[in-house]
Amino acid sequence: MKGLKAFLLAGAMTVSVAGMTHAWAQVQKYSDVTEERLRSPEPRNWLMYRGTYDGQGYSPLDQINASNVADLVPVWTYSTGVTEGHQSPPIVNDGVMFISTPQAQVIALDAKTGETLWRYKRTLPEDLTQLHPTNRGVALLGDRLYVATTDCFLVALDAKTGKEIWAREVEDYRKGNYMTLEPLVAHGKILVGSSGGEYGIRGFAAAYDAKTGEPLWRTYTIPAPGEPGSNTWSGDTWKTGGGSIWITPTYDPETNTAYYGTGNAAPWMGDARPGDNLNTASVIAVDADTGKIKASHQYHWNDSWDWDEVDPPMLVDINRNGHAIKAMVHPGRNGYLWTLERKPNEIDFVSGVPFVRNNVITKVDPETGRPTYDESRKPHLDARVEFCPSLWGGKDWPPAAYSKKTGMIYVPANENLCGSLSGHKMDYVPGQLFLGAGLEDIGLTLYPGADHVGELQAWDLSTNKKVWSYPFPKSQLWGPVLATGGDVVFMGGTNDRMFRAFDAKSGKLLWSQKLNSGVTGVPSTFEVDGTQYIAVQAGWGVDAQRMQDSLAKVSADWQGGTVPQGGVVWVFALRNKNPAQ
Amino acid sequence: MNEASDLKCSGVGRRALLAGAAALMPAGAALAQQPPAPKNMRPQEGDLLVRVSGEGAGEPVKLDSLVINAPQILAWPKDKASGTVRDGSRLNQVLLMRFDPATLDEETREHAADGAVAYGATCPHAQCPVTEYRKDLGVLHCPCHNSEFDPRAAGKVTGGPAPRRLTPLPIRLDAGEGVLIVAHPFLGKVGLSAT
Repeated sequence: MKGLKAFLLAGAMTVSVAGMTHAWAQVQKYSDVTEERLRSPEPRNWLMYRGTYDGQGYSPLDQINASNVADLVPVWTYSTGVTEGHQSPPIVNDGVMFISTPQAQVIALDAKTGETLWRYKRTLPEDLTQLHPTNRGVALLGDRLYVATTDCFLVALDAKTGKEIWAREVEDYRKGNYMTLEPLVAHGKILVGSSGGEYGIRGFAAAYDAKTGEPLWRTYTIPAPGEPGSNTWSGDTWKTGGGSIWITPTYDPETNTAYYGTGNAAPWMGDARPGDNLNTASVIAVDADTGKIKASHQYHWNDSWDWDEVDPPMLVDINRNGHAIKAMVHPGRNGYLWTLERKPNEIDFVSGVPFVRNNVITKVDPETGRPTYDESRKPHLDARVEFCPSLWGGKDWPPAAYSKKTGMIYVPANENLCGSLSGHKMDYVPGQLFLGAGLEDIGLTLYPGADHVGELQAWDLSTNKKVWSYPFPKSQLWGPVLATGGDVVFMGGTNDRMFRAFDAKSGKLLWSQKLNSGVTGVPSTFEVDGTQYIAVQAGWGVDAQRMQDSLAKVSADWQGGTVPQGGVVWVFALRNKNPAQ
Repeated sequence: MNEASDLKCSGVGRRALLAGAAALMPAGAALAQQPPAPKNMRPQEGDLLVRVSGEGAGEPVKLDSLVINAPQILAWPKDKASGTVRDGSRLNQVLLMRFDPATLDEETREHAADGAVAYGATCPHAQCPVTEYRKDLGVLHCPCHNSEFDPRAAGKVTGGPAPRRLTPLPIRLDAGEGVLIVAHPFLGKVGLSAT
C-alpha cells in the first residue's frame, strides 16, 4: 500500500479502496488483454464496446435463455453518483468490470460482487461546455485501459490501480472538439475521433501509440482542397463542415481496416454548403496503421436534416439470394437499412430499404446506392420544411445487434415521427454552436394516427425482410441492443425506465424490470465462476431526454414527463444462480 | 484552472512534481495563492462589455444598440485600463438584453441600467452558453438541455434541469460614452465552477 499512499499524496484523482481482500485479489490476478484475445474474445468476457470487433453486440453465452429468462433477478447494483446519460457498456475482463460515466469517470468493480476496486475522476476544465455529457466506454490492452474525454484528451490508466499513465490532448476543447467514443485498440494503436460537428469542427479520426501516447496519424473526414472529394465542398465551407466521429469504429483484423461512421455536415442547412459534402453521413474505411482512407460510402449527400450516420456498420457474413457477402450493415438515422459489401479497397452498395416512414428519399440508385430526394422535403435557408423521419431519425446512435443464431438484426427504431426545420445563415465563432438553426426552428410532430413511436424491429438479413417488431405506444426508443446465444434480446431505452428481454425468434416480451432511471447504456453479458450475468447502466439523459421534452409538447398524454436521472450499474443473474443466495 | 489542459501531455513526471510540492506546503496552498491571469478573471467592476461576434464584434456595447425585448447578445468583459479582453475562460461570457424597466422585478431593476440587464451566459447545468430567447414566453432558453430562465426576475429558473438561476451581473451606464459598464462582480458563482 506504500505506493498507493504516495499516489494519493500526489493529488491524483484516483480513489482506491482496494484494501478489501477479495477485491484486491481480483486486481492482482488481472488478466492481460492481448490483441489475440481482442480478435477472439472468450465468451465469458466483454472486452470492448460491442463485445467483438465486428460490432455485432452478440454473446454466445446461453445459460440465460428464452426458456428461463423470466427468472432473472438483480444480483447487485452500484450508484455512480453521476447524473446525465450513462451510455457505456460494462466492460468485463475475467471478473473485473470497468464502467465509465459522464465527466469521464472510470470505475473498476469486482464483477461478481460489485465491490469497488478503484475510481478515476478527471479534473475537467472549469469552462468546459458539455452538450453531450456522456462517455461510451473504456478500451483495454495489456494491463492498461484507455478513455477518451469530453475535454478532448485520450487518457491511459493502469487497469489494476486506476493510476493515470499519460493524458494526451487530442484537440483544443475550446474550439468545440470533444470525445465521447470508446477508443478502438488495433495493431498497438489506440484509435479515436472527435465529436463537435454542432460547433462547426472539421471532424477527424486519429491514432495514438498505446505505450507512449505519441500521435501517429490524423485523418480528417472532410477533404482539404486538392484531396479526393474536395470538389464536393464550396469555398471555405469544408473548414467548418462537421463530419464528427462519435462511436467506436468496427474493425476487420484481416485487412486491418477500421470502419468509422461519420456525422452530419455543418451547419444544418445544406444550401449553406452546396455539394455532396464528402465524407459526412458516410462510412469511411481507414487503414489502422496509416490512417489512409481506403474506401468510403456516403449514405446520403448534402445532409440537411441533422441525420448523422455515426453508428458504424456492423460486419456480418451473410448469404443473400444465394450469394455469400462479406457485408456491412447499417440501420441509418436516415431511416434506411443499408447493406454494403466490403472488399479490400472498396465498398460496394448492395441494398437500401426503409425501416421507418421516410418521405424524403424517393429512389435509391440500384448500382451506387445514391438516394434521390423529394426536394420539397429538403430543408433550406429561410424556409420551414417538413419531413419524415424527424431530425433524430429512424435510429440515432444506439447500436443494433445481430444474432449469429437467428441471422437477424435487432434495430431500436423510432417510427411515426416527423419534423420540420428552418435555418438561417450564421457567423462561425469557434467553440459556439454552429447549427444555423435555433429552438424555434426545430419542429417535431407525430404522424397522423400514430399508435406508437419506439419500435424494436427484427430483420432477417438473408431475405432483407422484417420478421417481427415490438411497438412502444407511449415511448420513444433509445436503447442499445444485446443479442445472446440463449436466443434472448436485451434492451432498455424507453421512458418508463424498463429494461426488457425479448424472444429473439418471435419478439415476445419474456421479462422486464423497472430500474432507477431510463436505460440508454449498452448492455453486456459475462460469466464468472459458472454464472452468466447481464449488466447494464441505467442513467437517462442527453438526447433521449431532449426528445422526451419535445414529445411532451406535441402530445398532452405523453408518458413520463421528466425521466429521473442518476447512474446505476445493474447486474442480473438467474434466481438459482444468484451467488448472494 | 484545469491542470491537465495546460499541458499537452501530463504524466508521471508532472505527478511527481506535484507530490514534491504537496510535501513542502499545506495542501492546496500552492494553487490557491495563484491569482488568475487578467484574461481569465471574471468580470470586474469598471469593465467594459464588448460584443463577441457579428457586426461590431470587439466593440463596447452601447445602451442604445440594445433593442427592447430583442434576443440576447453575447459579450466579453474587457479591462478598460489594459485593454485585456477576459476571454480566457468561457465562464466569463455575459449575455445582455434590454426591457421596459417597468417589467423588471425589484432585484433585477436594482442591477439594471435603464432596462438593460446582464447575466453570466453560462447555464449552471452543463455550462452551455444560453443563446436562445423564447419571446412568446419571455424566457431565456439553453439549447443544450432545455433549461429556461426569466431575465426579468433575476435569472430565476422556469424550466429544465438547471439547478439554480442564471448568475446576475450588475451593470451601469457610462453616461458620457453611452456604453454599459460592469457595476459589481457576478452575484454568485457561474456554471459549475467554484467562483
